[in-house]
Amino acid sequence: MSNTIHVSSRKGLFTLKRSAAGNWEIADLAFLASPVTMSLADPRTGNWYAALELGHFGAHLHRSSDQGKTWTEVAAPKFPEGATLPDRMPQADGSPNMKPAALKEIWSLETGGSDNRTLWCGTIPGGLFRSDDAGDSWQLVDSLWNREERMKWFGGGKDDPGIHSIAVDPNDPQHVIIAVSCGGAWQTRDGGASWNCCSTGLRAEYMPPEEAYNPVIQDPHRMVACPANFDHLWIQHHNGMFHSTNGCESWEEITDVDPAVFGFAVAVHPHDPATAWFVPATKDEFRIPKDARFVVTKTTDGGKSFRQITAGLPTDKAYDIVFRHALDVDNTGERLAMGSTTGNLWVSEDGGESWQSVSNNMPPIYAVRFVHEG
Amino acid sequence: MAVVHFTSHLQSFVNSEPVEVVGETVGAALDAALAGRDQLRTYILDDQNRLRRHVMIFVDGQMIVDRLGLSDPIKISSEIYVMQALSGG
Repeated sequence: MSNTIHVSSRKGLFTLKRSAAGNWEIADLAFLASPVTMSLADPRTGNWYAALELGHFGAHLHRSSDQGKTWTEVAAPKFPEGATLPDRMPQADGSPNMKPAALKEIWSLETGGSDNRTLWCGTIPGGLFRSDDAGDSWQLVDSLWNREERMKWFGGGKDDPGIHSIAVDPNDPQHVIIAVSCGGAWQTRDGGASWNCCSTGLRAEYMPPEEAYNPVIQDPHRMVACPANFDHLWIQHHNGMFHSTNGCESWEEITDVDPAVFGFAVAVHPHDPATAWFVPATKDEFRIPKDARFVVTKTTDGGKSFRQITAGLPTDKAYDIVFRHALDVDNTGERLAMGSTTGNLWVSEDGGESWQSVSNNMPPIYAVRFVHEG
Repeated sequence: MAVVHFTSHLQSFVNSEPVEVVGETVGAALDAALAGRDQLRTYILDDQNRLRRHVMIFVDGQMIVDRLGLSDPIKISSEIYVMQALSGG
């Protein structure tokens, strides 16, 4: 059970605490006015991390070893000299126009399982980095970066492709699955030495028909794996909802879900792989809740059926979007937190069946994460 | 000696006191100003050592021309300002 939530927002990193009376309150705001794209609270070391995207001055990473009382800037992932990625505009002769790779945004940060000081970081542009010293230094994972399929990756919403989801097998830290917008899902079983694309079944309606099932151009918006059963994964894809029950060997598309199959966020129950939550929106050119009616959808039967949940959510017209990292569930599966583009923050303490509004007036929210003590 | 000043906005993120330097070009002056200040360097230059897109450099009141090569000449008495472009929200 977690009593602390990190909210990464356009104007800083908020820490919320649950009071003895059961109210969630803002306890701290760090990096006031700086956009924070991601946070991580590492239960193994007690370290907290905050990823800043300062616009003018680039992306930076900070670490706290005293629960946010003080922060120290540590090294941010850095692309090696000479690293390049395709520009969207090709050369006049049609050959790819390559541009220098430089860190734009830290988009995902995860702990490396049982190895106490290992961290994984996904970035825009689409680099995967590994730290074996708790973030003091980072190495680009060359084995993925050097895959020729990477040349086919492209940005979805952002100018360049990015790695937003990193799932580490709780029983085997060598087993990691990542998801890329737009580059599909990829898996390693040897700690990142080698990778295979595991996007079979994902479908991209936005591509020409012959490319729709191309595994390396898929746009999973968010991918999560059930910690208790790592073979069970969920994807909220640009094109809909997908579910795998065989360790991402294949994905099954879930269709006919009201009010919509489009969205950004998905969360899976930590103990029950058949239970997951989504926050639907009208695709794709609208990106608002369908009919301006904000709901959460929940399945408890592996995606066969979904219920729409409205209890505690806005009854008036609402235009909130919940970004891909802005829905989280704690390690009991009972508490969920959700933040929106329009600065709403909600918490559920009954498995997402009902929600309480924590604030209506926060900055645009990029990510919410429960903090678990070690 | 020439002096490199950094926008005061940077001071809230990283120590960015002005520094006296010797050099014949903006690039040389910037290199000297950032020597031993690796953290400050990451705020001004990107991974590939390019001037960040929204960072501007003025020499004696004039915006530099060569943002890629930083070859604009400076004088021994030049005042060099590393500023941020106005943007954001």
